[in-house]
Amino acid sequence: MAKTLAKPATAGFEEKNDMLVQVAPNPGKGIEVELTSSPVIKQYGKHIVALIEKIAKDAGFSDVKFQVIDKGAWDYTIEARVVAALERGMQA
Amino acid sequence: MKNSLGREIPEHIPGYKEFRLYEGPFKYMPEHPGAAKKIKVAKPRDNKVLASIDEAIEKTGLHDGQTISFHHHLRNGDYVMKMVVERLAAKGIKDITIASSSISSCHDFLIDYIKDGTVTALETSGLRGELGKFLVKNPQAVKKPTIIRSHGGRARAIEAGELHIDVAFMAAPTCDRRGNATGRIGKSAFGSMGYAMIDSAYADQVVLVTDNLSEEPIYPYSIPQTDVDYIVPVEAIGDPAGIASGAIRITKSPTQLLMAKYAAEIMEQTGCLKQDFSMQMGSGGASLAVAMFIREKMQAKGITGSFGVGGITGIFSDMVKDGLFKAAYDTQTFDTTAVKSFTENPNHLEISASFYANPWNNGPIVNYLDTVILSATEVDLDFNVNVITDSNGMCIGASGGHSDTAAGAAMTIVVVPLIRGRLPMIRNHVQNVITPGETVDVIITDRGIAVNPLRKDLLEKLEGSNLPLMTIQELQQMAYDMVGKPEEVKMSQDDKDIVAVIEYRDGSIIDVIRKPLDD
Repeated sequence: MAKTLAKPATAGFEEKNDMLVQVAPNPGKGIEVELTSSPVIKQYGKHIVALIEKIAKDAGFSDVKFQVIDKGAWDYTIEARVVAALERGMQA
Repeated sequence: MKNSLGREIPEHIPGYKEFRLYEGPFKYMPEHPGAAKKIKVAKPRDNKVLASIDEAIEKTGLHDGQTISFHHHLRNGDYVMKMVVERLAAKGIKDITIASSSISSCHDFLIDYIKDGTVTALETSGLRGELGKFLVKNPQAVKKPTIIRSHGGRARAIEAGELHIDVAFMAAPTCDRRGNATGRIGKSAFGSMGYAMIDSAYADQVVLVTDNLSEEPIYPYSIPQTDVDYIVPVEAIGDPAGIASGAIRITKSPTQLLMAKYAAEIMEQTGCLKQDFSMQMGSGGASLAVAMFIREKMQAKGITGSFGVGGITGIFSDMVKDGLFKAAYDTQTFDTTAVKSFTENPNHLEISASFYANPWNNGPIVNYLDTVILSATEVDLDFNVNVITDSNGMCIGASGGHSDTAAGAAMTIVVVPLIRGRLPMIRNHVQNVITPGETVDVIITDRGIAVNPLRKDLLEKLEGSNLPLMTIQELQQMAYDMVGKPEEVKMSQDDKDIVAVIEYRDGSIIDVIRKPLDD
């Protein structure tokens, strides 16, 4: 049974080397990632989107809408922010 | 066509002269004579002082299609370029080339005058701010690609007749009624007039713009009365807050300090820190911080240096004051402490951009540097250095004296963090080359140091060193292990999308700046 979000939630900050992750329930539409902005979109844009999709799937989610403002976060930061946003969104 | 660095250069660049490709730092040997100053005859007691910029435009006969020049000693506080360009536009004069020794963000106003056709070409050392962004996104907004030159390269181009200036508008912090000008005194005092000296000596006509017209004779002068056609007194030539920063302090950033410490160690371990050595420190945080470590080492060893060159900051002028160096050769005085030193200390010497770095004279001072420490926006596996564009291809910097000092110095050290934000700073190929790798000897990052394999002598001296030495490839891999390998940014290959031509200091083409493609 896939995990679902109870409500929208956020994690992270719009600070250098960080990322602001907003998640919202996305019933029946799968995992969608919208990378709104990133200073490294040309170099790492595809990688960041794929990484977020993978983290969500590995955590057992199937229908989540992500809106992400990246400020040059490294992968471990991205993972921490994505997982935190998902966990917050699960709490009713 | 490819130049010797493998950079792809079109055979013809629309709007740019016939050119030579870069082949190496000292390959091309010119055999032609240089430019000559236009002959002038002044009558006894001629009055040079005019009422306004308008009158100067009328008297000089400035018209469509001409080239006017400015210097950038007022840095980000410059009012003079705007004063002149506004009046040119008001008079309906079009198609002007602006040849400024550099362009700062205070010159973003040029966008409006490019759009209305007043200004149709730029020649400069630096391109940044909104203007940089505008030209990168709209290369066809101007008639010709912008020409990027180093400080030495610009002096060379003027003296060789490749950059012909019709009218030079030179901001002067103080001048007398005959035109003897200095940057030492006046409310807008900025120190050395090193860049202005060349424009004044070679321009067909020279207009001084001053906010301190003196009734007394001015001496010593940086520009002599014999070069000056007209003088326009104005309320203010610049904003003091933008002209000189307060005393530049040494950085507190641990990464910058670590790189600075490595640089001082490299100098010591390669034997560069010896009695009567000479050096230049670039204006970046880490390169300036080297001074602090050098000072300690010099005092511990009980040695004194011969001279420093620059771009002089208070950090260096204090070392001259304290007797650690005999002299400072100064083309551009960076902060208030250094301006004070320039005015008071006879060992703080003013030099022209040509004396500083022109490769086509009998010995620019850069040729006598033992060590130069420089910064970078990015470097690559071939040790090439970029200081003009960032990793996204945006113009954010300046050529400055980077390639001049790298070519001249016995050892060139470049300091750059291994990663900025998420971007690895050691690329396979830099976005744009300003300084060729064959003139760069050591690259220092916060995670390790790479010595150019061409410098076997340095590698030998550093054998057994406690410093974190590795190959440039190992350094790059270390960054990739942390942040992953970046995808390449795609650039337009259309020749109409060439934003700028980068001239090496000898006038050959080392690279072109192309417009990045949107995704």
